[in-house]
Amino acid sequence: MSYEIVGITVLWLFLYGYLIVASIDFGAGFFSYYSSITGEKNQIQRIIERYLSPVWEVTNVFLIFFMVGMIGFFPDVAYYYGTALLLPGSVAIILLAIRGSYYAFSMYGAKDNKFYVFLYGATGLLIPASLSTVLTLSEGGFIRMQDGNVQFLAKELITSPYSWTVVLLSTVSVLYISATFLTYYAARARDQRALGVLRRYALGWSLPTIAASLLVFSAMRGHNQEHFDHMLDLSWMFVLSLFCFAIGLYYIWKGRNYGLAFIMVMLQFAFAFFGYGISHMPYLLYPLLTIHDHINSDAMALALVIAFIAGLLLLIPSLYVLMRLFLFDINYVQNKSKSQVEKEG
Amino acid sequence: MHLLPLVYDPVSYSRILTALTLGFHIIFATIGVGVPVMIALAEWMGIRRNDPHYLLLARRWARGFVITVAIGVVTGTAIGLQLSLLWPSFMKVAGEAIALPLFMETFAFFFEAIFLGIYLYTWDRFKKQIHHFLFIIPVVIGSSASAIFITMVNAFMNTPRGFRLEQGQIVDVQPLLAMLNPATPTKVSHVLITAYLTSAFILAAIAAYSILRGHNHEYHRKALKLTMVAALIFALSTAAIGDLSGKYLAKYQPAKLAAAEWHFDTSGEAPLVLGGILTENHEIKYGLKLPYLLSILAHGTPEAEVQGLYEIPEDERPSLFIHYLFDGMAIIGVYLLLISMLFLISSKVRGWNPYNRKLLWAIVAGAPLSMLAIEFGWIFAEVGRQPWVLVGYMKTAHAATTSEHVDIMLWLFLALYAVLGYTCINVLRKLFVNNPVEAEIPAIIRKRGNQHEL
Repeated sequence: MSYEIVGITVLWLFLYGYLIVASIDFGAGFFSYYSSITGEKNQIQRIIERYLSPVWEVTNVFLIFFMVGMIGFFPDVAYYYGTALLLPGSVAIILLAIRGSYYAFSMYGAKDNKFYVFLYGATGLLIPASLSTVLTLSEGGFIRMQDGNVQFLAKELITSPYSWTVVLLSTVSVLYISATFLTYYAARARDQRALGVLRRYALGWSLPTIAASLLVFSAMRGHNQEHFDHMLDLSWMFVLSLFCFAIGLYYIWKGRNYGLAFIMVMLQFAFAFFGYGISHMPYLLYPLLTIHDHINSDAMALALVIAFIAGLLLLIPSLYVLMRLFLFDINYVQNKSKSQVEKEG
Repeated sequence: MHLLPLVYDPVSYSRILTALTLGFHIIFATIGVGVPVMIALAEWMGIRRNDPHYLLLARRWARGFVITVAIGVVTGTAIGLQLSLLWPSFMKVAGEAIALPLFMETFAFFFEAIFLGIYLYTWDRFKKQIHHFLFIIPVVIGSSASAIFITMVNAFMNTPRGFRLEQGQIVDVQPLLAMLNPATPTKVSHVLITAYLTSAFILAAIAAYSILRGHNHEYHRKALKLTMVAALIFALSTAAIGDLSGKYLAKYQPAKLAAAEWHFDTSGEAPLVLGGILTENHEIKYGLKLPYLLSILAHGTPEAEVQGLYEIPEDERPSLFIHYLFDGMAIIGVYLLLISMLFLISSKVRGWNPYNRKLLWAIVAGAPLSMLAIEFGWIFAEVGRQPWVLVGYMKTAHAATTSEHVDIMLWLFLALYAVLGYTCINVLRKLFVNNPVEAEIPAIIRKRGNQHEL
């Protein structure tokens, strides 16, 4: 396998990882705020806090990893996207900064500050919307070369129907992924009240997710016919995605196998995300950048691959420990103290 | 020199915005690298001496640390993305030649983030405290490794190695050579050790301030002693590394050293100038001249010849005001060394009082001063490299974005950092004022009592 294929596969995997963990986090922020309005806050707050507290810092790393890896494997990306993205990129940075720090403030400092919770919830929806802009830009038509300078066509982006369908899809997906995960987590914690509320959220956001996906499909046809045709060539992946969605929804509807249901949701997004990614190839940016013409030198690519493998050998056991302690440790999830365990034991 | 350019110019605004983000981030990055070391020390002492005070110390430091880590993470994310947005041409070259440590830094950070989460949430989960202690080790390794990798990138900007330029294209890339460039050893060790030193002083200042405010629980005295011993060791190491950095500069970046020392004509037996004012004809007034010291700093012997600034082409000389930054940094370094030494001598010599109010205030002053020295050091490093972003290869003016909106971004980020900084201080203050140490000590002692019974 050539370096460009290894590189883009690794990066896409990490972006997928970010999509899942960040969606859980973003959505949780929104639900946390939403439930405080509807008066259901005390029913689900504990579940959300219990899961998010130890893992929030990890989420950001996926994004940074993707970005740095992109520049490492495909340095020209920095030049094209960097110049074009100054405005939307800066907005995303500011939102991320507000979110991360105010989350920590409300978590460890001023508990129950309404304004912090609002910021935490609002940014949860705005960040995916602003980040999804990058994928929209990659479809071409929004970045132009003029006199050797990169130009960003902001007006075209704002008036493009495709751009808005992507924003819609990113928002509802975040809510759906998050709700299904939290449903599973509440079920594990045997917290029936939280489960009831979160399951309702999950069911509520299921059909909008599929509807938004279909909208993106049809808008893509109008925006980038070539990419659309490639997607049709890979239609089996999208069919599988829909199939996984149906199974996941079925279990949540039936009120059992929530773990399996969440795995199905992950697979649903994996098939769609990789179907989108593979059909996007070889372009990093239509029609200016391709993975074949803009891959870094062999020496650097090899060094990055070696570093990546070494890094994974370090990270996978670490992530395993983290999940063992907080996600799969039934006592932690159910919030039993040590003495309780000892008594029961 | 105008602080803000009168006419919009993306290069100047990009420089100011980058300086703003880095200047803000470095405060939290420094704490983020140094404080885990101190937390580890405190918990280790607590376990070794079986002393709950040290454990509580580690716990309270960790509690405050999380808040600063959060800002460190988000501003670190900001600078990571901002570099590509503001310096796209430079980042393209960086991607081609120095991507390896950048990439490895994300792994180090990842590693740190995972274990920090575990460390914070498992204080009471293990039967043996030592098992909990083990989780701070990867945090220390991860945060220090992050600093090492990022500083390697900065070292590369000063002494680019590991590639050739052929018709404007970068060829023959050797990633390891680029990482281990001549600036790496001194720069990396200097950044690490000063982060430890600054963090030790910040924590010492908290303890000293508590004692000054009349809290006379032995907890605070233990905290002060621990941090002062650590500070002295770090300050001594800083001095030793500072000497090596001088020799590195003389060999590889003579322009930076000459500008920092206002050393214009190449000569032997060169004096080190402290302070002073420069006239238009490059004469030094009022400065304190320490004979032979520059020659010793640069080459180790009093008669050694030190290259002067006039040997550097005029358009490649850095700004001369960095002299003050260099002096400020060095003087603060000496101050921190003397204060920590004085405290420890006072606590050994019979009849001397280490809790003398003046000495305590001097320790409190050490915290903002050490952070100021960090800022001076970075401004010195960055301005002293000008006009280059990549010495010998790319000038700063050619690296910036051509976008027309950097000024708006500058105001936005300025507002963001102001709000973050303000809230951070507020939250930290509330966290500790509402939760005084004296209220926590009985609980922790009682808990240990119970454990012994079980």
